[in-house]
Amino acid sequence: MPRPGLVLDVDSSTPPILFHHGESFRLEKLPAGRSRVVYPGEPLDAIRDVEGAIGDTLLHPLDSDPLPSLLFPGMRLVIAFDDVSLPLPKMKRPDIRQRVIEAVLDLAAAAGVDDVRIIAALALHRRMTEDELRHAVGDRVYDAFAPDGRLYNHDAEDPDDLAFLGTTPQGEEIEINKAAAESDLLVYVNINIVSMDGGHKSTATGLASYRSIRHHHNPATMEHSRSFMDRHSSELHHSNWRMGKVIRDAGVKVFQIESTLNTNVFGETGPLSVLQKREWEWSGRDRATYMAMSAGLKRMSANSRRRIFQSHEAPYGVTSVTAGAIEPVHERTLEHCFAQHLVPVEGQTDILTLGLPYICPYNVNSIMNPILVMCLGLGYFFNMYRGRPLVREGGVLIMSHPTPWEFHPVHHPSYIDFFEEVLADTTDPKLIAETYEKRYAEDEWYRHLYRTSHAYHGVHPFYMWYWGAHALAHLGSVIIVGGNVPAVRRLGFRPASTMQDALEMATDTVGPQPTVTHLHNPPIVMADVT
Amino acid sequence: MESHVNGERAGPTRAEVALRTAVRLQRRLPTARRVSGAMQFPLRAPTVPGGVEPTPKETRLGGAYDTEWARSPAARLGRLALLEGAVRPLVWAIADPDRRGYDRLVGLNGPAIFAANHLSHIDAGLLLTSLPEPWRHRAFAGAAADYFFDSRVKATLAALALNAIPIERTKVTRRSAALAAELIDDGWSMVIFPEGGRSPDRWGQAFRAGAAFLAVRTGVPVVPVHLEGTGRILPKGTSKLVPGRTRVTFGTPLQPGPDEDMRDLSVRIEAAVTALADEVAGDWWTARRRAHAGLSPPLSGPDAGAWRRAWALGDRRSHRRTRREPWPLRD
Repeated sequence: MPRPGLVLDVDSSTPPILFHHGESFRLEKLPAGRSRVVYPGEPLDAIRDVEGAIGDTLLHPLDSDPLPSLLFPGMRLVIAFDDVSLPLPKMKRPDIRQRVIEAVLDLAAAAGVDDVRIIAALALHRRMTEDELRHAVGDRVYDAFAPDGRLYNHDAEDPDDLAFLGTTPQGEEIEINKAAAESDLLVYVNINIVSMDGGHKSTATGLASYRSIRHHHNPATMEHSRSFMDRHSSELHHSNWRMGKVIRDAGVKVFQIESTLNTNVFGETGPLSVLQKREWEWSGRDRATYMAMSAGLKRMSANSRRRIFQSHEAPYGVTSVTAGAIEPVHERTLEHCFAQHLVPVEGQTDILTLGLPYICPYNVNSIMNPILVMCLGLGYFFNMYRGRPLVREGGVLIMSHPTPWEFHPVHHPSYIDFFEEVLADTTDPKLIAETYEKRYAEDEWYRHLYRTSHAYHGVHPFYMWYWGAHALAHLGSVIIVGGNVPAVRRLGFRPASTMQDALEMATDTVGPQPTVTHLHNPPIVMADVT
Repeated sequence: MESHVNGERAGPTRAEVALRTAVRLQRRLPTARRVSGAMQFPLRAPTVPGGVEPTPKETRLGGAYDTEWARSPAARLGRLALLEGAVRPLVWAIADPDRRGYDRLVGLNGPAIFAANHLSHIDAGLLLTSLPEPWRHRAFAGAAADYFFDSRVKATLAALALNAIPIERTKVTRRSAALAAELIDDGWSMVIFPEGGRSPDRWGQAFRAGAAFLAVRTGVPVVPVHLEGTGRILPKGTSKLVPGRTRVTFGTPLQPGPDEDMRDLSVRIEAAVTALADEVAGDWWTARRRAHAGLSPPLSGPDAGAWRRAWALGDRRSHRRTRREPWPLRD
């Protein structure tokens, strides 16, 4: 029986706490008597017979006819799936998308369906490489569909492959992939690694164009998504749900298949398993492993460290697979997500501390540049709450990450210019949106790189910045421990050499003897703050 | 007696004398045959009285060969060394295998029956070295009793290297099946070639029901496996080894139904291997569509005359090393 998450009050006997620090780690002593640590629950038990569960849900979907009865000869079937940004880190083969897609295709083959297209729903993310596609859908599906162009990346800038479906009462335009819009059935295969994913957002964002996405990826929406991990309190999701209704009314029939994974990120055995144990439970072997790992990593170059960490494949267990109509399926999925991630926490804190790991949704097989550090800390980790933010309004966020002034030139070309040009001018999301967004979004060179290379869309760094808009408005100050000083300053944050320095600096904002809460993430944990 | 020629001493040297003495002594020593011949019953075996039908000598070869020793810890250790130290490098050198479909075995726990098509003598070694853990070092093979166990040397080698047990092809016996079932119940996985022997013309043969019988009897799943390319390397009727490339494709495990008839399961196994062959020849999606429509190209090839069957093999029929022109004829 896996143990649930817990909130540990730090006292003088509490061992130093593990902080992720990019491709390395730090052990930090938090002030006794006024600090607490939110630990994630242990990985939930996985489904033993995943193929059986997939087959069962396809035959007994929620609020929908069984999938075989929706398939017929001569139909146009489109299967869309979540892109390389999920799950994090990548899943040990076979990926759950492969298992679901193969099951769907097997039913389609039995029904005599000929016209099938498989699309990576990557919105404005970079195109997936062949290796990444093979990892997600498996070699069998890739070899059968990719060579003749029936398995491909969605292109949000291809005017010939986009269909305008209408507008919501709020004036939000909906433009999605034409093949999906004109199909007889769109099967969406999703992975809900956190509660933000899935639901109408899968189609309304994953298969949409900039024209559509800009209506909810903006500072106003993000500031009013409190948090975007709680769909009922998230303006981002409200907008996607409105769009989903328009898509449905336009006649697009979606059969949603959502799956959830447990938090077995680093495995229960092996050298990385120490990273998902509670510090006071580290055995002699765990401590030796940790020390050897830290010493080894220190002696490696940044590239070697990156290669090692990016090659890690998590042995996740699948905790649910649910198919059918989007809304009931997503509600069921959220129950499974929250069962794994939520930890009840009482009251807010003055200072929230975070150890940022080596990966976020936008640097898979890539470099975590300073903008992504901001997005991961102030966007994702800050928003890992339901109810109220873990840190009080005007409080301080302390993050630990090396924050290198380094960018992947192929994946993140517009990030480089954003960092050099936009952030040098202002860090205010609203001002940034008004002044710069359109120029970057419509830049022909960025558009060309997005469509033909493996670059994120020109507007993507703006979205990363907006992702942190709620946190920027809420927090009194942000401090990064152990970061590249000029890069941290460019982000508008304060650099600190050590955690003790950062805690001392934070008293300038929140006063003496502040309360401290550390979110022990990863593995993923979400605070249910009352 | 010494003789003198021209005043010098003549005759055998001392060494020659010593040698002759040694030969004489050796001839006087009793030979093993002489000793055994001199022994009387009960020191030697009894002779059969005339007019009495001698009891048939119990053979310890063929289907009666006892392979129990091959599963002792020492033999297992030896097999591990042999499989990893000799068979694997040999298979790699001559068969260059491309192994696929391991992802289909995720979720498979406990023993299983790996059933593959059979084209060549290297199939067993190729398949055993292709099995993933935890099955690889806890597997046994079903081998033809009349071929692999007809001499003590071959039987010992087959039992040691492949952990083979004899399977009777020419007569009906329960001994093989009972032993196989017992081993499966003990947690061993089985490698079996349901065709019963290597293909004579590089097309498949009808599957026999042995694998299905064992699966139904023991309740363990059958993993269909397709071997491609081994027919070019060491096919039936030749002893010349021609290195080539091979592909091993594992299929989705087939669990016998609670009341499933072994004949139905055997049909399912053959259909699964046939679909895998189609998948290897083309792509997975086309193969699935054909499989559902019952249109997978049969493993047994076209129903036609011998030359047309050979013709239809295409590149697969070639068992020749590509001749390399000597310099300066080549670039």
